[in-house]
Amino acid sequence: MRMQSATRLALFLLLAPIVLWLALLVILPHVDMFMVSMRERVGIRQYEYSFANYVEFFVEPLYWRTFARTAIMSIIATVMTLLIGFPVSYYIAKMLRGRMKNFLFLLCLVPFWVSELVRTFGWMILLRESGVISNLMQWMGLVSGPVEMLYNDATIMVGFIYTSMLFMVVPLVSTLDSLDDSLVEAGYDLGGNAFTVLRTIIIPHAMPGIVSGCIVVFMLTLGNYLTPVLLGGKDSLWFTEQIYTQFITRFNWEQGAAFGFLLLGLSSLIVWAGLRLSRQTLSQTMG
Amino acid sequence: MTDATDESELYDLECRNLVRTFGAFIAVDDVSFGVPRGDFFSILGPSGCGKTTILRMMAGFDRPTSGDILIKGKSVVDVPPNRRPVNMVFQQLALFPMMTVAENIAYGLVRKGLNKTDIADKVKSALGRIGLPTSGGKSIKQLSGGQQQRVAIARCLVLEPAALLLDEPLGALDLKLREHMKVELKKMQDQFGTTFVYITHDQSEALVMSNHVAVMNKGRFEQIGSPQDLYYHPDTAFVAGFVGDTNRWHGRVESADASGVKVVSADGVNLIATAAGKTPLVQGGEVDIFVRPESVVIATGEERVSGMENRIEGDLVSILFNGANSRALIRDRHTGGELDVALPQTGEFSHLKRGQAVHLGWGKAQAKAFAADARRDQGVGT
Ligand SMILES: Nc1ncnc2c1ncn2[C@@H]1O[C@H](COP(=O)(O)OP(=O)(O)O)[C@@H](O)[C@H]1O
Ligand SMILES: [Mg+2]
Repeated sequence: MRMQSATRLALFLLLAPIVLWLALLVILPHVDMFMVSMRERVGIRQYEYSFANYVEFFVEPLYWRTFARTAIMSIIATVMTLLIGFPVSYYIAKMLRGRMKNFLFLLCLVPFWVSELVRTFGWMILLRESGVISNLMQWMGLVSGPVEMLYNDATIMVGFIYTSMLFMVVPLVSTLDSLDDSLVEAGYDLGGNAFTVLRTIIIPHAMPGIVSGCIVVFMLTLGNYLTPVLLGGKDSLWFTEQIYTQFITRFNWEQGAAFGFLLLGLSSLIVWAGLRLSRQTLSQTMG
Repeated sequence: MTDATDESELYDLECRNLVRTFGAFIAVDDVSFGVPRGDFFSILGPSGCGKTTILRMMAGFDRPTSGDILIKGKSVVDVPPNRRPVNMVFQQLALFPMMTVAENIAYGLVRKGLNKTDIADKVKSALGRIGLPTSGGKSIKQLSGGQQQRVAIARCLVLEPAALLLDEPLGALDLKLREHMKVELKKMQDQFGTTFVYITHDQSEALVMSNHVAVMNKGRFEQIGSPQDLYYHPDTAFVAGFVGDTNRWHGRVESADASGVKVVSADGVNLIATAAGKTPLVQGGEVDIFVRPESVVIATGEERVSGMENRIEGDLVSILFNGANSRALIRDRHTGGELDVALPQTGEFSHLKRGQAVHLGWGKAQAKAFAADARRDQGVGT
């Protein structure tokens, strides 16, 4: 009995830091934020509890269209990151050995040696009207005048894929690494071709890595602020930008908080739907 | 010309002058053999001698540097593995963990494009034949090691391959299960009537199951023959040393003629043996002499061995009791060398004590002398 209470105390002490961290930095601000989001301003410094801020999202087309655009572009960015990341990961995990493997793996990390802000400005130096690529193309005589490559969706997409690649490659390489080569060989031996072996053996094995990579990339893209704003310009219509505007420009904290919760709820819904579609569970992905 | 094609049609599988090099290293060195239809053919050799390399070339995962591989008389060197009519059972089995037992067995049939009912029928009958009629819906992890083994083999056999290639499939099993699976494998081969090419480093597996065994050493085939051939009529010193247990002396030829070979061993024992192997023995040449433990007569008195060409006095070091296969370890009193001697099944020597003096003897016909070959010599004893 005494023994048990002693272990319980130890457990409590061990868990205390993480519980405190969660409570103070995650749960408390969110509870507070939620309270803020439920307030409706009825007069100067006069508030009432209501869902008005949430309703606003659905009745004002700009808001939910911005969200839909953000979600769809994030899904596209996720799928494209997966399509590019998968062969890269397969190459790193299965084709290479030893030093070359570690080297290429590290190469995926290189973009993260500089901050996201600096990295994005780097892109801008390359892509803007008076930028390196525009000048190069003019010098080579490919185009007659300066070309603006910033401020369009394709550029934002490239930026997203670039930023997200590592978060796709790391889980993919680790799951593909654990795939026994002889399984692939057995697939061929029993009459499979490259496509059926990929579909029936490699992808099912890599599924946990694919799912966790996709979740991380999707959430990061959806919540990204710098890339869409800097590469897409003021009118890039990204949902995080809306939240920023509500908090900072309009000073409408109530609306901003409601948007924050809507982003959390809707993105969780999309992830859940994605898991259902791919018949995976979160615990499988983590295990 | 017509002769050659006729001959190759007898074989389900044939390799001609197969060579595979990795850089300067010759892993498979000019290997030729044919496997007759329905045969259980084993390749036996120490680990690292090139067995897996041969098998992977036959399955199509590796390309010979030179030479030809024929399946049912047709060269398959340019045929990719998924179109070769042979299947491979991998050392680690390589069952697909994301599929059920039935899906594993159906995998190759689905790839062949058979219709659903045919596949279901074949899978069901295969499950029945391997004694797992109700396990189709189970996942691979729910099966025991021996059951997984049978599924891995059935998965290949439902495709009715020209030959089944097995890469040390019993290596991962514990001893008891291994003994059981030897019998089981032989039964499965009879049931399905498929040609088996089986590779192993375990001589007892090869001897028990095979119709033909090829003994391999350092990339070359030393001898191909029936298990009895290899055991009683080895062609080379390596085969004599590798197949079955044996006592061995290294020495120099004193004289060699039709009546026998007189040899003085490195530790000074005079031995009389029979010349064996292809290389003729010459006076002064180095030889290896092999005597099987069951060829040595053991006695407590001298008179019983007095008529034999080779006699040794020794002391009993220990008795290794194993029922009918009991052995005695005897130390030669003059040289200190140790001999392995099979004890008669009558049990008359079971009372022998440690340190007791015994007399050993064997005839010259039971002692085989092979010219020692520098290249081959290094491989013996692994
Ligand atoms: N891909 C390869 N590259 C270099 N050497 C290899 C390769 N595959 C096998 N070898 C060498 O060839 C020899 C034979 O290997 P293997 O056929 O696997 O032997 P076994 O199956 O008889 O144990 C070994 O010495 C091994 O190191
Ligand atoms: Mg091997």
